[in-house]
Amino acid sequence: MSTEIAARVRNEEWKASLTSESTLVRWTLIAIALGYLTLFLFVPLAAVFSEALKKGLAGYFASFQDPDTLAAIRLTFIAASLAVPLNLMFGVAAAWAIAKFEFVGKQILITLIDIPLAVSPVISGLIYVLLFGAQGWVGPWLAEHDIKIIFALPGIVLATTFVTVPFIARELIPLMQSQGREEEEAALTLGASGWQTFIRVTLPNIKWSLLYGVILCNARAMGEFGAVSVVSGHIRGLTNTLPLHVEILYNEYNAVGAFAVASLLTLLAIVTLVVKTVIERKSAPSRATQDAEWRMQPGSPS
Amino acid sequence: MALVLKQPSVLPGFGLTLGFALFYFSLIVLIPLSGLIVKTTTLTWQQFWHTVTEPRAMASYQLTFGASFLGALINGFFGSVVAWVLVRYHFPGRSIVDALVDLPFALPTAVAGIALTAIYSSNGWIGSYLEPLGLKVAFTPLGVLVALTFIGLPFVVRTVQPVLQDLDKEVEEAATTLGANRWQTFRAVIVPELWPALLTGMAMAFARSVGEYGSVIFIAGNMPLKSEITPLLIMTKLEQYDYAGATALGVVMLVVSFVLALMINLIQWWSGRRHTAS
Repeated sequence: MSTEIAARVRNEEWKASLTSESTLVRWTLIAIALGYLTLFLFVPLAAVFSEALKKGLAGYFASFQDPDTLAAIRLTFIAASLAVPLNLMFGVAAAWAIAKFEFVGKQILITLIDIPLAVSPVISGLIYVLLFGAQGWVGPWLAEHDIKIIFALPGIVLATTFVTVPFIARELIPLMQSQGREEEEAALTLGASGWQTFIRVTLPNIKWSLLYGVILCNARAMGEFGAVSVVSGHIRGLTNTLPLHVEILYNEYNAVGAFAVASLLTLLAIVTLVVKTVIERKSAPSRATQDAEWRMQPGSPS
Repeated sequence: MALVLKQPSVLPGFGLTLGFALFYFSLIVLIPLSGLIVKTTTLTWQQFWHTVTEPRAMASYQLTFGASFLGALINGFFGSVVAWVLVRYHFPGRSIVDALVDLPFALPTAVAGIALTAIYSSNGWIGSYLEPLGLKVAFTPLGVLVALTFIGLPFVVRTVQPVLQDLDKEVEEAATTLGANRWQTFRAVIVPELWPALLTGMAMAFARSVGEYGSVIFIAGNMPLKSEITPLLIMTKLEQYDYAGATALGVVMLVVSFVLALMINLIQWWSGRRHTAS
């Protein structure tokens, strides 16, 4: 018995030795990978907190006493609280139509949804300036009626919404496609209404992806820089979101202030990554691979 | 056979959800974007051509595309090593490292920009060691490369990683038992499998880098003709109320983005076909 096990172990070891490298090669590769990540990921991450705490904890927290910083935090929350629910409705509606039905032009629609990720953020802002700006298509009409879109809150919300449109849809579509529609059909046959079917059958199946989509969408909405920069006008205390406020503080040589505000956004990014890891473990292992392929469309510049 | 626009289904809500999705997407994305194209048609061809080929624009393309390409190459090599190490080896902290690879996706670009500038400037953690070697990174074109390498980092790792995970180890075992050494197995068995994913990842990193704005402007120094990227040039023209000039450059960028997206789809289609064929 024990000899049989020993033989099997030896066989496995032999097989493993066929497909592995020498210890030297292995550790060299690990060193190269970690060295690269250190240079480009870990050091910048550490730098954010180190620079923010350069004048101690008191200096760090003093940065948040500035009324302009508080105004930027408020504006960022307002913009995200409008953009995220809008894109949530779009994401769920688009995913339902695409995943549960067969129709002409479906593949084109799936491709189109990624457009905001392929476009430079500067262009995402530019299109709204061309539309609503003083020289834009509807600019004169807006000016006549005293409606401000560009250099005001509506423009910021629009630009934020544009760059975050795909996030929730992209999480839901591949998952709902792989789940098929048998469960929903069963529920309907048993007499549930369409809405009941969605709430009781579909929603529990997609809740983790939905949650991750919302968190990712929110992180992007709060962190968007380029597109919002074009439409904001950079009016301190009025049209400055957190990332724009980081820029202003940095350009004023207020490094501690800039990095303190940046550390808030960095924490948001870290929370997003933690949630992603936890959710992937929960719905692993099929999800991880299926997801990676899907999500790896041209990422979203910002 | 009659053209079937939609196959029958017992599930409700098709009209409502598709209608809302199309309406919303048109309103937020398609109509504003087509406004950019329409605006270009108000320019004469000479105006357009003059704007997009002036020396300052040409210099910005060279920097933007050159640095994006180099960044994609750097990420192609190191990203593959990272993916390999994450899939094949076990070392302490591996799962944390794996999770952190996505940081450039999640971190706001302005934060990345100031953090990279702080460490690569002449008195920064890394910059201060490079300065004596005569290497200035921050506020030079090299800084643009650093920022774009950071931005493109996750793409190659995340496209190559799942392919490596799915790779059948028995093929490698067969290669070894047939007398191939490890390097030969790697070159003749593993690399051909990884190649499409690697190419896709690099194309994605390139596409993303070309449009990048936030992280670059802090570290670049933004000198016209020298360290000014195309998205920044668009921004500058907007701030000078040169809407026509900004639009012309915007269209060039938009066309480049669409061509790149098409290329990425073609690579994926090609690799998908190769896989179903074998």
